[in-house]
Amino acid sequence: MATQSLMRRLPPVSVVIASLVLAIMLILVIFAPLIAPMDPRDVASYSLMDMEIPPVFMEGGDSRFLLGTDNQGRDLVSVILFGLRISVVIGLGAVVFAAMLGVVLGLIAGFFGGMVDGIVMRVADIFVSFPTILVALLISGIARAQLSADAMLAWAPLVLIFSIAINEWVQYARTVRASTMVEIARDYVRAAKVIGLPSPRIMARHILPNIMSSVMVIATINLAGAILTEATLSFLGAGMPPTYPSLGTLIRIGNQFLFSGLWWIAVMPATVLVILVLAVNVIGDYLRDHFNPKLMAT
Amino acid sequence: MIRLLSVRLLQAILVMVAVTAIAFVMFRFVGDPVASMVREGATQAEKDAVRVALGLDKPVLAQFVNFLGQVVTGDLGTSYRYQQPVTSLLLSRLPATLELVIVATVLALSLGIPLGVLCALKPHAFFSRLTQSATLVGISMPTFVTGLLLILIFAVNLRWLPSSGRGDLVDIGLWQTGFLSLSGLKSLILPSITLALFQLTLIMRLVRSEMIDVLSSDYIRFAFARGLPRTYIYGQLALRNALMPVVTVTGLQIGQLIAFAIVTETVFQWPGMGLLFTNAVGYPDVPVLAAYLLFVGFLFVMINMIVDILYTFIDPRLRTR
Repeated sequence: MATQSLMRRLPPVSVVIASLVLAIMLILVIFAPLIAPMDPRDVASYSLMDMEIPPVFMEGGDSRFLLGTDNQGRDLVSVILFGLRISVVIGLGAVVFAAMLGVVLGLIAGFFGGMVDGIVMRVADIFVSFPTILVALLISGIARAQLSADAMLAWAPLVLIFSIAINEWVQYARTVRASTMVEIARDYVRAAKVIGLPSPRIMARHILPNIMSSVMVIATINLAGAILTEATLSFLGAGMPPTYPSLGTLIRIGNQFLFSGLWWIAVMPATVLVILVLAVNVIGDYLRDHFNPKLMAT
Repeated sequence: MIRLLSVRLLQAILVMVAVTAIAFVMFRFVGDPVASMVREGATQAEKDAVRVALGLDKPVLAQFVNFLGQVVTGDLGTSYRYQQPVTSLLLSRLPATLELVIVATVLALSLGIPLGVLCALKPHAFFSRLTQSATLVGISMPTFVTGLLLILIFAVNLRWLPSSGRGDLVDIGLWQTGFLSLSGLKSLILPSITLALFQLTLIMRLVRSEMIDVLSSDYIRFAFARGLPRTYIYGQLALRNALMPVVTVTGLQIGQLIAFAIVTETVFQWPGMGLLFTNAVGYPDVPVLAAYLLFVGFLFVMINMIVDILYTFIDPRLRTR
């Protein structure tokens, strides 16, 4: 009996593997400049002599380039490591931004109710009815029309983070609002109101810690979506530029060489992307089922 | 019932006005409409003439009312890139998108529902577990990666199917269809599978969880106790109720469908509205962007209303409210 209940507490093997994979990827991302054989941003570190070399396990492979090279002679391992880094940073940035926006608006809507609640939630309804990719593409198009090409290069990551987060905050806002409405009826909140604490303090110090767990669960599930959206936008040419590529940009570049038989330029970054998203999804699914059964339906 | 419908209608009109306002702001303030209409090196007098011709000298509110009038009559301006009316540009791309979306949806429903039911009836069978894990991979697989892999396998390596375009088209009045030629049908296969896969995983998971819920409810247990045949219980009593949310979700998923159609069309260079839109983002062709936004907004409002109305017909409990 004892072992059985212990077994039940342990996460399934898939979750353990996913966590390991994610941990390894995060380490690779953090130490990318140290691990990568070359710096893809440094033009001097690669040469056209090495272009279009297949991965080592294929005929004509070169042991210097584990996953082969791209059309410019850049080592794919290095390009992917730096691309992964950009993808993860933008994904995390979008999740953090969306969570902050959603938590603040959800708290305000749930705490004050009435008119404020009505306005915030109707705005949320409108945002959520438009798909993230569509809105992000629109914002990218607007940014392109307003900014010069150079400014666009510099601002690309921020534009991406903003355009992904602007649609994703709704999930946080809805959950936080619902939880806040539950918490607000509890005695501790009433007590805090009675002793005259200011509303922002009650929201930040008293209610927020009690609803943080569901926010974290949504954030994990959301991270996979944010990384996917970024990759999709970059693939469509509305994301990171080729000079500073994310995984999506790399796949876009590789797409042009599919018919030349240089499949690895697209498939290698795509594989890394799918593994990353799969790992995050597996962990997110587990967290949702085990820490917050209320969210299971969504 | 009439009250419910009129409230919904009012909401729909409000949303449409809001979307039109956003489109107007884009149209008017993003980039410079005058600069993109006149030839290069135009004099100030020429620019002013264009400005007056476009009505840009009037107060903003008057311009908005003007814009609303134009939208209602279907005039959405001229594309910067193609120098053609945006409305006819969008309409000429409509058949391509609709054919792709319809084939993909039929594919997804006809595979997703049986698979979902199967997984619900035999949750511990090997096949069900395999399908369940496959859906997680399916959800983690971005649409464009699925498309790329299909192109790599079936177009590059096996050379069985074309990787881009619509093939030979046949005119039926104003509609250009790819259904009536062999190359048209062949061209449809890869894009529609790509688009169907993401819907398929979603429908499957939904049918499965709804079916499991329904199967544990009292009326199903009573039906078993009464000795009704299994096929009747599963097929008639359980599936019918399990499909209710599927109707809603498929309806509301239209937004996602449009988003993924954009991606699919770009991967396969499918000449639909989605490809027009991605090309407009890169250009940037603001009138096309604004018009597409209006179109999608209109579509959403209509579908939401239709789903609501359908619901009141399917579920009698809603009618009494």
